[in-house]
Amino acid sequence: MLKLAKFLKPYKGLIIAVLFFVFLQSFSNLYLPTLMSDIVDKGIVNQDIPYILRIGAIMLGITVVAVVFSILASFFSAKTATGFGRDVRKTMFSHVETFSLQEFDQIGAASLITRTTNDILQVQQVYVMILRIMIMAPMMCIGGIILAVSKDAMLSLVVIGAMPFLIVAILAVMRKGMPLFKLIQTKLDRMNLVLRERLTGIRVVRAFNRSEFEEGRFQQANRDLAETAIKVNKIMAVLMPIMMLILNFSTIAIIWFGSIRINHGHMQVGDLMAFIQYAMQIMFSLIMLSMIFVMVPRASASAQRIHEVLNVTPSIVERENDGQIKSAKGVLTFDNVTFSYPGAERPALTNISFIARPGQTTAIIGGTGSGKSTLLKLIERFYDIEEGHILLDGKDIQSLSLKDLREHMAYIPQKPAIFTGTIKENIKYSQEALTEDSIRRAASVAQATEFISRLEDGYDTVLTQGGTNLSGGQKQRIAVARALAKESHIYLFDDSFSALDYKTDALVRSALKEEMKEATVIIVAQRVSTIIDADQIIVLDEGKMSGIGNHKTLLQTCDVYKEIVSSQMKGEGIA
Amino acid sequence: MSNEQKHHQSRMGPRRGPHHGPGMPVQKAKDFKGTLRRLVGYLKPYKWSLFSVLIATILSTVFTIASPKIMGKATTKLFEGLMAKLSGTPGAGIDFPYILNIVLLLAGLYLVSSLFSYIQQFIMASIAQKTVYDIREEVNHKLTRLPLKFFDSKSHGDVLSRVVNDMENVSNTLQQSLTMMIQSVVTVLGIIVMMLTISPLMTLIVICTIPLSLFILQPITKRSQRFFMAQQKNLGLLNGHVEEMFTGHEVVKAYGHEKQSVEKFNHINEDLYRAGWKAQFISGVIMPIMTFVNNIGYVFVCIIGGILVTHGAIQIGDIQAFIQYARQFSQPINQVANIANIIQATIASAERVFEVLDEQEEVLDGASAMTLSSPKGDVRFEQVSFRYKEDEPLIEDLNLDVKSGQSIAIVGPTGAGKTTLVNLLMRFYEIQKGKITIDGVDITHIKRGELRSLFGMVLQDTWLFKGTIKENIAYGRDRVSDKEIFEAAKAARADHFIRTLPDGYETILNEEASNISQGQKQLLTIARAILAQPTILILDEATSSVDTRTEIHIQEAMDHLLKGKTSFIIAHRLSTIQNADVILVMKNGTVIEQGNHKDLLNKEGFYAELYYSQFHQGNTTQQSS
Repeated sequence: MLKLAKFLKPYKGLIIAVLFFVFLQSFSNLYLPTLMSDIVDKGIVNQDIPYILRIGAIMLGITVVAVVFSILASFFSAKTATGFGRDVRKTMFSHVETFSLQEFDQIGAASLITRTTNDILQVQQVYVMILRIMIMAPMMCIGGIILAVSKDAMLSLVVIGAMPFLIVAILAVMRKGMPLFKLIQTKLDRMNLVLRERLTGIRVVRAFNRSEFEEGRFQQANRDLAETAIKVNKIMAVLMPIMMLILNFSTIAIIWFGSIRINHGHMQVGDLMAFIQYAMQIMFSLIMLSMIFVMVPRASASAQRIHEVLNVTPSIVERENDGQIKSAKGVLTFDNVTFSYPGAERPALTNISFIARPGQTTAIIGGTGSGKSTLLKLIERFYDIEEGHILLDGKDIQSLSLKDLREHMAYIPQKPAIFTGTIKENIKYSQEALTEDSIRRAASVAQATEFISRLEDGYDTVLTQGGTNLSGGQKQRIAVARALAKESHIYLFDDSFSALDYKTDALVRSALKEEMKEATVIIVAQRVSTIIDADQIIVLDEGKMSGIGNHKTLLQTCDVYKEIVSSQMKGEGIA
Repeated sequence: MSNEQKHHQSRMGPRRGPHHGPGMPVQKAKDFKGTLRRLVGYLKPYKWSLFSVLIATILSTVFTIASPKIMGKATTKLFEGLMAKLSGTPGAGIDFPYILNIVLLLAGLYLVSSLFSYIQQFIMASIAQKTVYDIREEVNHKLTRLPLKFFDSKSHGDVLSRVVNDMENVSNTLQQSLTMMIQSVVTVLGIIVMMLTISPLMTLIVICTIPLSLFILQPITKRSQRFFMAQQKNLGLLNGHVEEMFTGHEVVKAYGHEKQSVEKFNHINEDLYRAGWKAQFISGVIMPIMTFVNNIGYVFVCIIGGILVTHGAIQIGDIQAFIQYARQFSQPINQVANIANIIQATIASAERVFEVLDEQEEVLDGASAMTLSSPKGDVRFEQVSFRYKEDEPLIEDLNLDVKSGQSIAIVGPTGAGKTTLVNLLMRFYEIQKGKITIDGVDITHIKRGELRSLFGMVLQDTWLFKGTIKENIAYGRDRVSDKEIFEAAKAARADHFIRTLPDGYETILNEEASNISQGQKQLLTIARAILAQPTILILDEATSSVDTRTEIHIQEAMDHLLKGKTSFIIAHRLSTIQNADVILVMKNGTVIEQGNHKDLLNKEGFYAELYYSQFHQGNTTQQSS
């Protein structure tokens, strides 16, 4: 929580205003009993009705002033807390957008999403509560004690004496309850997990006849949760009655000792009545404070998660003196490149060397996990390599401006990212100022025209988040069209045709061939048929190059390639 | 689908438990009365406990309410004694024995009140949790009996949120709000009675503050709801944008869209801030205004009470009691309004859970349902018709005759109905027309469990659960020895990689099973199917995530395994299926071609076209080199 407090800095003025007005408001509310005691001690005792009315008018005035103060306090605290949330969110989002894939993978997309949305909201809400209650409670408490002491120092010992009891009671219950609260969270997570697994695997569960087993697992989780919840609630059941008991007993004590002091002429009846009210307010503020303490730990877990993200330094950043490439030719050179993912035992790619030239197609083939996609990501500089060099037109890509580098490339990832918006907007994503004609042309090369024209709104069809209203093949074609619209020098296809059937696949590729006569094309593929005509094929096996050449030469020289080809072409398959 | 997702998203948002801030809009149930009655039905077994909770609540509240008046008596006595002393009456003084009596009485009352309030909370803890446990358990059973149609049509997040979040809401309400409601009502009534016994005039003043506060608060609440709605809307937009940008991070970076993305975010964030602070401010004002109205009541009690005392109409202690009552009065009224909202939200939650419980179940196994003693694996489809949606025919009049031991491959474009065929065969869905038989017996006459145990299934979607690799493989069958597990793993070519993992077979797969590769996951699911020793094997794109070389290895293993077993293979790669006995080419729900590889090639139809497009691209793609 405290680590995020620096985001409150710009709101220093507002916070001071909040403190100020909350102070005034608390003081006004506390002052009412004092005036009341005057009514009793002077007005009633002397039977002085005008005096009662006068004091009453003052009380009314104070009430009005108090509500104005508290509305102002609420105004400033609302601005502060929501402003804080806005700023943290803003900083967080811009920060994450600078992450390279390395940092991104480290935390994970799903987790980053919840951290940017839910976690920040959680912290923001706690700050609202803090500004509203947590500030007021101590002020009421301290103000109450001051007024109590000023009324009668001796009697205020009762209040001061009761406070430790209250605090100890709260702490004791919390200490027993808190760990159980955490336990409940883990039991809830467990139940979530069991149920989620059962839902996602419903076909397998049914096919293997394990419904009963799954029922049992859920029941176990359910019972665990219920038992823990009962335990917690039974402990928490003590809290309120005990707090009330302490509160009420101190009131009784005030009456008793107050009576004695009144008898000795040390104080008056009205003072005693005011005193009881002070005691109430002091104790209630402590009780409110204890509620906050329940909220803070939950939010501080959120704050910790936010802080973690903010603390990540992106490994790949745009620098001032980065080189610029005005017009790239598109010669890509890998010079002995080795790369490992952070924390991995073995490198994902080892000693990769090749040159990809404009007008040529370079294909990369290999088994799952052989490092094909990684290689493309290195060209985009999503990760930095530790050994060797990757050169664009003879310049090390690490010395180039990131923006410039990516400007020259069009990359189509394995999973096509479709954004909310029309098809047109999705294609235009790569190039804001794209004419209607170019959009249509890109779509037609990607063989997307046919299915787009079949849609009711054609190019203006609105796609949902993640493109759930399109099939996998349709999404891939839109992603290809998007890349084409960019007219780059280098095209990187990461298994971008996998969801297309063989015929469409062939059509797309032949159309692409025409489009990309001048460009450097690198295609990662699983199917031999996709890459059979490539100018050079790189065969990857467990991160190492086990062959390079065209289809013919590889068939003669590379065993791995031969195996791949035969596995797909001959089909020694199933009996 | 998209609608459901939105629904789900908004649910994932900040709606955590029914504890709304003041002035927030409330989710309402469609059938409040019916759902409430039903929820109450679940409480029936605990009616005696509930009754004692009610009694305890009433007692503890009544004692609390009684005490201010009694305390007032002490103050009055004190005052009288003091006045007498001041006026110089001889021998006058404060009547300490009387005050002591009252103090002791009060101590007793408070003690008893606290005790009852503890008892009430204590009993309620069990009732609330047990009730929620019962309902969840009912959902648990229900899930087993629901047809696959249910799971396919509902997003997982939606079901999860109903079973977990919505039930938590119900649990919280039962635990806290219910007793609080009783308490508040008793308090309000009790206080009114107590106040009336002291002074009807002053009671009137205090009660007048209620319409006053309603009058002031109503326009505020209305406005606050509007702002909360706007805040919610912007929050949804913001979450959507974040989700989209983060899942598409790679593409955002590749196309240099970071700036636009941040700009859009800032724009939404700014909107959210504007709606947010207003909502926060206005809801923050509600409390002080309640205090304000309460204070006005307080002031008037002081003034009028003071005047009444001087006229001797009431006692000084009565003012004190009145002040305490007035202070306690606004809180429960406030609470009743709040709790009404909470209860509404809870009923809406309960309704969502009951909706699941009301879903139509699978047709029960008939009494005459039989078991197959020694299944062979002959499968026949006779004039089978099926559609997921009423007006979209998918499979029409399908006929199919598979002899025991044959392997059947199904190919065709996406959406042709390949997977549907499997769904029907395993009776995940009921067919509308025709019949499917195994060994001549209609599958609707076979016990579901029995039917499904005939099949071993490997799907493209590799489902593994959090647990050890061993447990995951053993999932296919009850009571298997380690040796059998190892053998199955070996047959699936998974043994080697498993043994290279740090803990071997005891390696725990994490939640997304991200500690092993996609291909390795697939090997595990194959091992699982092998271990199950099925009569009929179904492979639905089973090797699509394994590279083709590994696939060959797996197939070798399978060749051996499949001997004498009927198998259905759905595949994308034609290489996988060339040796199948029968290849079914499906398109738009019908089998358009049928035969073995050779026959189909000779036919020069759809299959041949598909097949040749794999490598003979010479005619479409002219190579320049």
